[in-house]
Amino acid sequence: MQPELAVPACGGNKTDSFADFFRVVFAIIEGEIRKLLHDPLEMLARVVQPAVWLLVFAPVFSSLRQIPTGGIRYQDFIAPGILAQGVLLLSVVYGINVLFERDMGLLQKYLASPASRGALVLGKALSAGVRNAPQVLVIYALAAIISAKVRWNPLAILAVLLLVILGSALFCSLSLVVACLVKNRERFMSINQALTVPLFFASSALYPVALMPTWLRRLTYLNPLSYLVDGLRSAMLSQARSAYGLKVDFAVQVCGLAVLVLLAARLYPRVEY
Amino acid sequence: MSQQSAQELSGPGDATDLQSTGTTPPAIETMALTRRFGSLTAVNSMNLTVPTGSIFGLLGPNGAGKSTTIKVLTTLLPPSSGTARVAGLDIIKQPRAVRSHLGYIPQAVSAEGVLTGYENMQIFAKLYGVHHSVRKERIDEALNLLSLSEFAQTQVKKYSGGMTRRLEIAIALVHRPPLLVLDEPTVGLDPTARRAIWERLHALRDQNNMTILITTHQMGEAEGLCDQVAIMNRGEIAALGPIPELKAALGPDATLDDVFIAHTGSTIEEGGFADAARTRRTSMRRE
Repeated sequence: MQPELAVPACGGNKTDSFADFFRVVFAIIEGEIRKLLHDPLEMLARVVQPAVWLLVFAPVFSSLRQIPTGGIRYQDFIAPGILAQGVLLLSVVYGINVLFERDMGLLQKYLASPASRGALVLGKALSAGVRNAPQVLVIYALAAIISAKVRWNPLAILAVLLLVILGSALFCSLSLVVACLVKNRERFMSINQALTVPLFFASSALYPVALMPTWLRRLTYLNPLSYLVDGLRSAMLSQARSAYGLKVDFAVQVCGLAVLVLLAARLYPRVEY
Repeated sequence: MSQQSAQELSGPGDATDLQSTGTTPPAIETMALTRRFGSLTAVNSMNLTVPTGSIFGLLGPNGAGKSTTIKVLTTLLPPSSGTARVAGLDIIKQPRAVRSHLGYIPQAVSAEGVLTGYENMQIFAKLYGVHHSVRKERIDEALNLLSLSEFAQTQVKKYSGGMTRRLEIAIALVHRPPLLVLDEPTVGLDPTARRAIWERLHALRDQNNMTILITTHQMGEAEGLCDQVAIMNRGEIAALGPIPELKAALGPDATLDDVFIAHTGSTIEEGGFADAARTRRTSMRRE
C-alpha cells in the first residue's frame, strides 16, 4: 500500500478539503442513482399522480372558467404547479430516511467515516433532486399530450431541471432538519403533513397569487415553493411571465438550500443521541 | 480466506508499520471517560487501555454501557467528561482523524440491500477517501479476503446473514484501518456463520497486527475470540484481563459465565427482546 494513497488525515490543504467534500457528495448521489436503476418501477409509479391532476382535475376546473390565469389555459397554468407539488411531496418525506438509516445502523456507518457532515447532508439533499428529475420528463410528456404551450427551448428545459433539483434539495434539507429535531418517525410524519399543506396552498401552484387574500399573499413571499412555482412556470410556459424574476427564483432556492444544509449538517450527528 | 490475501491487506499505513517504529501508542486509551444521558451515567469514569494487535472484548449485560463506550470511541457521541485516544489521536480534538483510523461495524446489519456488494463497498471507499487509482484493487482485495468475490455483483438482499456480516467487515477494511470496532458482530447468526466470522477476525489480527475491539454479551464469542476482556456493569469496568486469569482468580473450575455473574450479579440474556428487535430490523433492511 502506498502511504500517500491511504485515508487522508484530518485537515489537509483547502484543495483537498474541497475535493473531498464533493467526492462525498457525488458518492451519495451515485448510490442513489444506482438504487433507482436497480428499481426502475419506482419511477413509473410517479406518473400516476401528475397524470390524474393534468388529465382529470385540470380539464374539469378549466371548464368552470372561474380562475383568471392571465390568458393562459388552466391546464397549462397548473402543469408547472403539479411538477412543484411532486417535488414538494417527495422531498419532504425523504428526510424520514435518516431515521430509518439510524435504526438500521447505516447512519452510524456514515457518521463513523471521516466524511464531512455537510457533504453527507448535501449529498442526501441532491439525491432527492435526482429522484425527482424524471418527473420533469413526465410533466413534459403530459404537457405534450394536452397540447400545452410549452417552451421547447433546451435552455428553458435545463432551467426547469435545475429548479427541480434545487427545489427538491431545499425541501429535502427542510425535512432532514425536522427529522433531526423530532427523531421519531410518527412525529415526523405528522409535522411534515402540517408543513406540506400550508406550503402548497400558500403558493401559486393551483391559482394565481392575485386571487389570495392579502394576509395569504404576504405569506407567499416567505414561501420558497412560491418562487419554485414561479420559476418553473416562467421557464416552462411560453405565455407565462415571472412575477419575481427567474434570477430571484433561483437565488431563493440556492440561498434557502445553503441555510438549510448548514443547519441540517449541525443537527445530523445528533439524530444518534 | 487465503493467507496471501490477508497479507496483501497490510501496508505501511496500518498497525504493522506503526509497531515497527517502536513508538506504538496503545490502540485505545481512555482517561476517566464518562458519558451521561440526563441523570443516567452510561459510562462512568472509565480508564482502559487496549494494546495494539489484540482482540479485546467489552462484555456486559444489556444496558451496561458497552455500545455507548463504542459510540464515544468512534466519535458518534461526545463524552460528557474525560477523553480517550484512539491510535494516539484525541477523540475530542481530532475526531475526523480518529474516524480515518478505524473501521466500524454497528450492531444492526446495515448494508444497502438493493445495491450489490461491490456497489456498497464503492460508496464507502469514496467516503473514506480511498484514491480512485487503487479503489478497485482495494475493494477486490477486501472482498477476496472475506471470500465474497464471486458474489460481488449480487444484490445484498440475496445474501445470507453471515455473508452480509462478512460484507460489512469487508466494507470496514476497505481503507485499511489499524483498528476494527465491532458492536455485537455475530448476533443473529447461526453457529457456522459465527465461526466463519471469528476465523476472519483472527486472521486479520494474526496476519495484519490489526487491533479488534468487540462488544458482546455472548460468553462463547468472548472465549472464542478475545485475548482480553473488560466486564462492564452499570457503566463501570467490573473486571479486566485475559480470560484464563479471570477464571483462575475465581477458582479452578470457574467458567466465564461464573466470572460474569460474580462481577455483574446477573446472568447474560441470550436472545430476548433486544436480539429479536435487531434481527427484525436486519431483515427489514435487507428486503
